Amino acid sequence: MMEPGLYHLLFISAALFFIGVFGFFTRRNLITMLMSIELVLNSVNLNFIAFNKYLWPNRLDGLFFSIFVIAIAAAEAAVAIAIIINLYRSHQSIDVENAEEMKF
Amino acid sequence: MNDFLILMKSELVITLILFVLLIIKVGTEMKNDRFLSLVQFLLLANFIAGFFFNEAGSLFGGLFTTNALMTFQKSILSLGVYLISLLFADWLKKSEHMPEFFILMLSALLGMFFMISSGSLLMFFLSLELSTIPVAAMANFDLEKKIASEASMKMILSSAFSSGILLFGISLIYGATGTISFTEMPALLDGSPLQILAFVFLFGAFAFKLSVVPFHLWTADVYEGAPIAVSSFLSVISKGSIAFILLTALYKVFGPMHNVWYNMLMILSIATMVIGNLFALRQQNMKRFLAYSSIAQVGFILVGLSGNSFEGISSVVYFVLIYTFSNLAAFGVAGVISQQTGKERIDDYKGLYQTNPFISWILALALFSLAGIPPTAGFFGKLFLITAGAAKGNYFFITMAALNLIVSLFYYLRVIRAVFMDKNEQPIEKINMHPSTKLGMIICGAGIVFVGLLSWIYDYIVALTV
Repeated sequence: MMEPGLYHLLFISAALFFIGVFGFFTRRNLITMLMSIELVLNSVNLNFIAFNKYLWPNRLDGLFFSIFVIAIAAAEAAVAIAIIINLYRSHQSIDVENAEEMKF
Repeated sequence: MNDFLILMKSELVITLILFVLLIIKVGTEMKNDRFLSLVQFLLLANFIAGFFFNEAGSLFGGLFTTNALMTFQKSILSLGVYLISLLFADWLKKSEHMPEFFILMLSALLGMFFMISSGSLLMFFLSLELSTIPVAAMANFDLEKKIASEASMKMILSSAFSSGILLFGISLIYGATGTISFTEMPALLDGSPLQILAFVFLFGAFAFKLSVVPFHLWTADVYEGAPIAVSSFLSVISKGSIAFILLTALYKVFGPMHNVWYNMLMILSIATMVIGNLFALRQQNMKRFLAYSSIAQVGFILVGLSGNSFEGISSVVYFVLIYTFSNLAAFGVAGVISQQTGKERIDDYKGLYQTNPFISWILALALFSLAGIPPTAGFFGKLFLITAGAAKGNYFFITMAALNLIVSLFYYLRVIRAVFMDKNEQPIEKINMHPSTKLGMIICGAGIVFVGLLSWIYDYIVALTV
């Protein structure tokens, strides 16, 4: 069986990144938008680890970076969900189309 | 050990204040009044402490670096936070959760300090997140207001998205050069397509935080919905810190790719000035008006950044100092009026001079300075920025900047006309200000007048830049 190379991993991570971006722009549910952002962050992790393994095996910067990205993503999600809960209390909905008091 | 204490002193002082506030909040039942005076005292002490024991050096294998210019930049930010605690005293005193407000604001400030001093992309990313996540929580500080929760949702989603883009750029840079350290990177940059792509992603994230035009859509909504103290923090402190780190990023780290970023900067700067000005013309709400005016100001900061490294750094730092005074004064006046009367529309400001001459003069000074009219400091700030930009000899760009200055004059003077000349049957009644608000306004007014007239301030910044 063929071992996956750098290009395979980069292809997957780029695809994951753009799926995340597409989801962020098209989805209207706040939780789903948050999930799309998580996809973007995970594609970054994949990138870091792939570059670390195939291109720079002696420099562990990439590995460390991905650990920190996971931690920060968790912190960001915690604050974002708290804000979304408060939005739900005031708007009775988590659809972005309903949060439209301010425009232009 | 001594090195550690002296080099990281600004960060350590902020951490200490954070712990003191946390202990007071949890352990005692201090009244809001006394707590506010204590915080104001601590922030003033922090600002003054910024001028002593400054040494240059780096720690933790280059992750953290500091020098005299960086400490001065941190002092500007500390001064801004101190002024915010003075200007919005009325609002803060009535707030139920005042200690939390200061704890969140100081953690964001700590993040900005680390960001200015960061020596690698890892440190930069971590401190950028530390400086944005608390601000998103602060934007939702008026929990019961519908508009505040919408603003805060917009802020956290757009900042999370922009940090995703930033990280993708960082991962590509790591792949292309094999390093994330600011000192090793410049030698490895050769302008290959992968590096250019990575730089575009990275710059997009910077532009998001700085609200440069294609990425500015969150700004006006967040400024309008958030409490006015938070809007002023976002527009002055947050933008100032990003402008400072952009100086390091563009000149020191991505210096070899100068040809790539000069054109990007020029196009974005023209778009930012034009669109910021055009949208500011049609705003009726004071907060949205200030939001678009601050977008236009960012366009002028980019003009300064496009110049050579030396004039670029000194003019941008000088301009941010002036911008701190003038924008905080404008936000302070808007905050006092909105707190006492609930009025935020520009039409409501008609005839303000008849009843409240003092704050009318402060507002006029602030807006003159933002517009860049000679006796005020804003004129000198804009002059140095545009001179720095002109060093490249690109006169089309400079002409566009100058034309935008004239357009901006129109909408700043529109507010001043409403305040001083328009007649109104029922002007805003006489406003009783908290004494510290008055002190804050006087400091801002003095700053607007004297920072421009005293030439040693600019000389001091130039001496630090060398």
